[in-house]
Amino acid sequence: MISLEELAAIREKMKDKVVIREGSASTRVVVGMATCGIAAGARPVLNAFVDGVAKEGLSDKVTVSQTGCVGLCQYEPIVEVYEGGKEKITYVKVDAEKAEKIIKDHLIGGKVVTEYTIGAKA
Amino acid sequence: MIRSHVLVCGGTGCTSSGSAKVIEALNTEIAAKGLADEIKVVQTGCFGLCALGPIMIVYPEGTFYHSVKAEDIAEIVEEHFLKGRPVARLVYHEKEADASVATSLSDTAFYKKQKRVALRNCGVINPENIDEYIAVDGYRALGKVLTEMTPDDVIQTILDSGLRGRGGGGFPTGLKWKFASGNRGNVKKYVACNADEGDPGAFMDRSILEGDPHAVIEAMAIAGYAIGADEGYVYVRAEYPIAIHRLEIAIKQAKEYGLLGENIFGTGFNFDLKIRFGAGAFVCGEETALMTSIEGHRGEPRPRPPFPAVKGLFGQPTVLNNVETYANVPQIILNGVEWFTAMGTEKSKGTKVFALGGNITNTGLVEVPMGTTLREVVEEIGGGIPGGKKFKAAQTGGPSGGCITAENLDTPIDYDNLIALGSMMGSGGLIVMDEDNCMVDIARFFLDFTVDESCGKCTPCRVGTKRMLEILDKIIAGNGTLEDLDRLEELANYIKSASLCGLGQTAPNPVLSTLRNFREEYVAHVVDKKCPAGVCKNLLQYVIDADKCKGCTLCARKCPVNAISGTVKQPHVIDASKCVKCGVCMSTCKFGAISKQ
Repeated sequence: MISLEELAAIREKMKDKVVIREGSASTRVVVGMATCGIAAGARPVLNAFVDGVAKEGLSDKVTVSQTGCVGLCQYEPIVEVYEGGKEKITYVKVDAEKAEKIIKDHLIGGKVVTEYTIGAKA
Repeated sequence: MIRSHVLVCGGTGCTSSGSAKVIEALNTEIAAKGLADEIKVVQTGCFGLCALGPIMIVYPEGTFYHSVKAEDIAEIVEEHFLKGRPVARLVYHEKEADASVATSLSDTAFYKKQKRVALRNCGVINPENIDEYIAVDGYRALGKVLTEMTPDDVIQTILDSGLRGRGGGGFPTGLKWKFASGNRGNVKKYVACNADEGDPGAFMDRSILEGDPHAVIEAMAIAGYAIGADEGYVYVRAEYPIAIHRLEIAIKQAKEYGLLGENIFGTGFNFDLKIRFGAGAFVCGEETALMTSIEGHRGEPRPRPPFPAVKGLFGQPTVLNNVETYANVPQIILNGVEWFTAMGTEKSKGTKVFALGGNITNTGLVEVPMGTTLREVVEEIGGGIPGGKKFKAAQTGGPSGGCITAENLDTPIDYDNLIALGSMMGSGGLIVMDEDNCMVDIARFFLDFTVDESCGKCTPCRVGTKRMLEILDKIIAGNGTLEDLDRLEELANYIKSASLCGLGQTAPNPVLSTLRNFREEYVAHVVDKKCPAGVCKNLLQYVIDADKCKGCTLCARKCPVNAISGTVKQPHVIDASKCVKCGVCMSTCKFGAISKQ
């Protein structure tokens, strides 16, 4: 027999696992995963975002998904952050470390990491 | 770390179109590409768009794939899962003209107007995993009821919500519970669930059991607490093997967690649930026949009163509700009466699931708020009638209901409006008919079904419906008279008023409703000896237009009974005495020279 508390514990544990199917998250992190992106190392970046978002408990606010070639192959891995009502932010030449900072500063802190954006490189 | 969930429909519709093979291929291919730690494949219940199965949705993007075959999986895994490029040719988009590809479920016209309450978890959770149900607030309503509410509070909540029976009659559920609630603790009582879905074309109860079986279990336990019962039965058709299998798994898992059994949540409340299989007799969907069948007897109805709430299963007070009705209960408890009453019309609250079928583009399962018009369901959600044909009527309530005509397309659908139109809600079958359907033939189809399914206990139903069918056969054969129409009507009214149970009382409805709305078609059959829709074979003949016929001899060669004669390059003729009206000649002719008259 489980108690109400145990039921709540299962719910909390499982919630993160099904929240991905609601599509209600307000922020989308999209990683370019075409051949160029993968070759430039997009896979560890994608994994860093997936892990980081889960670790920081952002699963109900942020979804991480992939997209195809953005068309700026020399800047791959490219990560784009879409927030409702705001302009899209494009980060370029991202790696796992930069991903961590983007999660901390941008996704949690709400401050765009300007030095990684495409504007800083161009 | 899982970054993506791939949901594949495991309902009966998609299973028959091959979803099990798709799942197998997905697992193999994902493992081969080394993505097993990143992508999770989940088998779910019905998404509703059964015509396009197997259905597959990829989250978090929400990419909606349809008609997926096992052979497509390698491409989807490589392109989409690895490289993030959805495979466009398999992504659902609405109209050929619509250039914008809808990749998200909620963007499609099929889903946009839907409001999923009873079906909320179907196609979202894995029905064979109780933890996923708990994750979406499962069993929280049961916990709330047992620890914070008295049984009378529960009944009052259901009463206030205005929830009405979704299986056909539309009787207020709270009232049913209240009638059975007296003498708690001193009398053995039962909670039963009617999953003997018998209307031709209706499959919402099956989909709920397949996609969200725990919701039904939870609701039955809540009903048990409300009326003071510690035992429940689910009566489900043996023809629903997937539903039975998932329900068995769900009951087992609920027992392991102690959510069924003794002392649930440590509150001292006990509730146990058993499954009984129906052998597929339509009459066993009638409540008294259903209970007789659970008791182990031949499924025959008995007179009411006494109603089941007084004397039901094994002679004890019993609450019997339909699957879809139960699926609403936990959410009413959790979200409150105001949430539920905000949906629907004055006397019909909440939503209703319809099984869309017949001549319509999107066949499948839709759930809309009560009060949605038939036009919205048929034209917007259903995507209209294929081939630009004209809407003629929609049959609701299956063989117990009636048809709704084009003039009433804008009537909001609820229990009372449908009855006012001479039809009924029934369990929610909605069969769309176009100009090519003969209404006399449709009436005959449904009557033939009820004649077959009449249990034979009472004479009006056993003999009366048979006599009606004979009159219809006579009309269709071209031997009817105008007096036959009056006789049909008279007989129908006797059967309605004198039959023992709901089956007989409603069996004449399709005939009465078509007689009322399409009397001119009946008159055409008996007076002009013509079938306006060109369906009834005895009343039509195939004729070759001598001006259009080029004498190519193609039809004469295709005719299976050699009824067509003529010389090459001369107009041919059909010998009506030999013709079996198969229509092959008409579909073969390249010059449109052959027509039905």
